[in-house]
Amino acid sequence: MAHLVSPLVSIENVDMRYGGANGTLAVSGLSMKVGKGEFAAVVGPSGCGKSTLMKLVTGLHIPQGGGVIVAGKQVTEPVSIVGMAFQNPTMLPWRTTLDNILLPLEIVERHRHRLRRHKAEYVEKAERLLETVGLKGFGSKFPWQLSGGMQQRANLCRALIHEPELLMLDEPFGALDAFTREELWCVIRDLQAAQGVTIVLVTHDLREATFLADRIFVMSARPGRVLKEHVVPFARPRELDLMYEKGFNDMVHELHGEIAQARVAA
Amino acid sequence: MSIAAENTAATQAKPLAARINWVTLAPWLYTIGLFVLWELLVIALEMPPTILPAPSRVFQAILQYWSPIWKNSLQTLYTTTLGFAIAVVAGLGIGLFIGWSKTIYAGLYPLMIGFNAIPKVALVPILVIWFGIGTIPAVLTAFLISFFPIVVNVATGLATIEPETEDVLRALGARKMDIMLKVGIPRSMPYFFGSLKIAITLAFVGSVVSETVASNYGLGNMMSSAQSQFNVPLVFAGLLMLAVEGIAMYALMAWIEKRMTGWAHRSTMAQ
Repeated sequence: MAHLVSPLVSIENVDMRYGGANGTLAVSGLSMKVGKGEFAAVVGPSGCGKSTLMKLVTGLHIPQGGGVIVAGKQVTEPVSIVGMAFQNPTMLPWRTTLDNILLPLEIVERHRHRLRRHKAEYVEKAERLLETVGLKGFGSKFPWQLSGGMQQRANLCRALIHEPELLMLDEPFGALDAFTREELWCVIRDLQAAQGVTIVLVTHDLREATFLADRIFVMSARPGRVLKEHVVPFARPRELDLMYEKGFNDMVHELHGEIAQARVAA
Repeated sequence: MSIAAENTAATQAKPLAARINWVTLAPWLYTIGLFVLWELLVIALEMPPTILPAPSRVFQAILQYWSPIWKNSLQTLYTTTLGFAIAVVAGLGIGLFIGWSKTIYAGLYPLMIGFNAIPKVALVPILVIWFGIGTIPAVLTAFLISFFPIVVNVATGLATIEPETEDVLRALGARKMDIMLKVGIPRSMPYFFGSLKIAITLAFVGSVVSETVASNYGLGNMMSSAQSQFNVPLVFAGLLMLAVEGIAMYALMAWIEKRMTGWAHRSTMAQ
């Protein structure tokens, strides 16, 4: 497999325990590899340590056992080549949408000193991103003037503005209605096709995982580890109609069965 | 043309009662109502002015003693505003300090509660020993009584940053200072400006209490001297002036709050 030669994210036999020696073991013996430019999805029963996985890869948590390697480096502190988006868009209400999107640039070391002098260039970039996600002209609006789906689009822009090599998405579409969700699936699909960014998507939605991902990791109940790894065979570009094909449904069904089993085992 | 004519006709035809904006008028009408009720009560019960003077008698006293009332009102406004200003600066500073870390928060919070539980009247004698009677203890009492709500509100604003926001920023390499400047402080501003309304009214309580016990100036002092001479209408005149000053300062704070943190009142703005 070609991607295994140069994985962008490599998690090896990681143990992560919260709250001291007797605390809960969130993940145990967790191993996975995500290749550069790949779209990976992580599914599993609730409480399987998916959010822990997010924090491990971004360097917000350092594991007690095993190692996390991102872009060839052992993770020992937050890695700024990562963009993150959560279910809660967490836009700051006192900033306009555009200023919200520019926020990461005020933080990331290699941009923060350039920002003031090259403001126009960055604003233009943000406007382009807004256009990509279908929010052209909404930059001057405040986030609370946008609908939930629009806020989540803006959230994606914020996660991408500093050109991260890796995008970590933690159920970003969980709170949206079915139609908006499908719209945003297409947005993220096109973004990935256009920018070649590596994406790790943590989700409960098996159809979402199957539609978007190249590779699906099924996690066990707590303490989480990878039970099974699926390669999604459907060719790209994928259309929404794919979800009504038999092969697609069979795959969703199989995933469903595996997670149901993992839940019983817990 | 005919539609416009009909419209004007309709407006004119509307009875007077429908054309008045009762909501804007309500505060004035209710205030006048209160004074009328009070006047009638005094007349009906034949209250002597040394017990409960009628509002007409109080207004008369305001005119009669206008010069001392004016001077003392300004003095009280001065001590209150100065104490309040110190409370704003100190409260903002201490609030940011407390909200900065969980350890500081945990350590200082019980101390603050204990301190706030002490009646500030009891501190006035100590302030008098330190600074003598007059302006300084009044300013300090106003400060001591009004800074607590500011501290608590600022610290709360900082302590309730959404963990996701913090995660997003920390993953980008944000330092504590970045998170405070970009998120914490702007976030706590609505709490801060909201607390100013509470703090300013408390500041009046502090300054007047101190003036009553230990000063030769101010409305508190004026009322206590008037009371010792059984000049009850003047006491009530002082109370009325305090109420007026209190309302004015409160309105000012409410206006500042609205101006500074419009985004926090978005539901009303959206309409």
